[in-house]
Amino acid sequence: MAESDLAQLTERFDYLTERASSDHLALNCPADQLIELCTALRDEFGYDMLVDVTAVDWDVHSPRFTGIYHFLSTTKHEYLRIASDCPDDINPTLPSLAGLFPAANWHERETYDLMGIQYEGHPDLRRILMWDSYPYHPLRKEFPLAGIETPLPADDVAEATGASVLPAPMMGGPFTSSGDGPMSQTEPRAKDESWNEQQEKPTK
Amino acid sequence: MSMQNQNVAYDSKVEGEIIVTQADAVINWIRKHSVWPMPMGLACCAIELMAAGASRFDISRFGMEVMRFSPRQADCMIVAGTVTYKMAEVVRRIYDQMAEPKWVVAMGACASTGGMYRSYATLQGVDRIIPVDVYISGCPPRPEALLDAMIKLQDKIGRERAVKNLIPEKADSKELAGAGKES
Repeated sequence: MAESDLAQLTERFDYLTERASSDHLALNCPADQLIELCTALRDEFGYDMLVDVTAVDWDVHSPRFTGIYHFLSTTKHEYLRIASDCPDDINPTLPSLAGLFPAANWHERETYDLMGIQYEGHPDLRRILMWDSYPYHPLRKEFPLAGIETPLPADDVAEATGASVLPAPMMGGPFTSSGDGPMSQTEPRAKDESWNEQQEKPTK
Repeated sequence: MSMQNQNVAYDSKVEGEIIVTQADAVINWIRKHSVWPMPMGLACCAIELMAAGASRFDISRFGMEVMRFSPRQADCMIVAGTVTYKMAEVVRRIYDQMAEPKWVVAMGACASTGGMYRSYATLQGVDRIIPVDVYISGCPPRPEALLDAMIKLQDKIGRERAVKNLIPEKADSKELAGAGKES
């Protein structure tokens, strides 16, 4: 089924290119053709459910940001992945799919919150996880996992407590669990136990 | 009672039914046996908190089964779960709304220290915003651990200088809020 979709899609939309994928059919689509493609996918190819919207930060490469969309056809039981590069590396933008799929609304808010991709035409592009005044996009490559010092969102609470958002002590973290074996041995542990708060991180 | 007090020349037939004690002891005795917890359930620790309230572990054996979901009616906040920076404001406000005297139990690794969430989004210990009386280890702690902590809190309440804390000029707000902890 997916193979015939691929043939039909590439024949009709000549800007599509196939994308390396280890599971489902995946296609690259330019950002300015995304709405046209997704409208056709929904109305003519049966991909009626938008399962996920996310993005990839390629760090120093250009284009830096790639928007990822996962579609599911509830009639054909096929998944389809669309990847779309953001033309601008500094202010990445993509067209919003919220008008086509209501599911895109919160997904795009999350991607905006954590990756900083602006979705043009989104009805309500606010942060969804971090608070509104948070100045960073935490899933970008340049953002440290521990965080960056920032004032707390509520001024009066910050004043009363003297607390602020501080970088988390990493102690050799991130902390991971192997996930199998007896519970006593799968407590989350620091990945790099050679350093902690008392013992400096060894410089190579 | 009367057997013990025969030495202090107490005659109940003459003086009536009187118990001689200290105000601190009476106040603390009343307080520690009617702790009304405010379940600040934020993550999986809240499930263990619910188990502690249910029949198998039965927190009511210790006189603190009256979980109140309104801060106005509670005097012990059990912070059960991960406190994110976004939620920190809410936790602090609810704590501020509780009437004095009030106590805080940090239940589990996340509430105590941030636990495994060493990240930009997680408050690294609820004691950064509110004074904590008892910390519980575990991820999540078993209900027994919560009961143990609540009994420890009762002991702590029993040692408070309740009358001194009631006198305004002697007791500053910090002492009232968290029994000497910085807030």
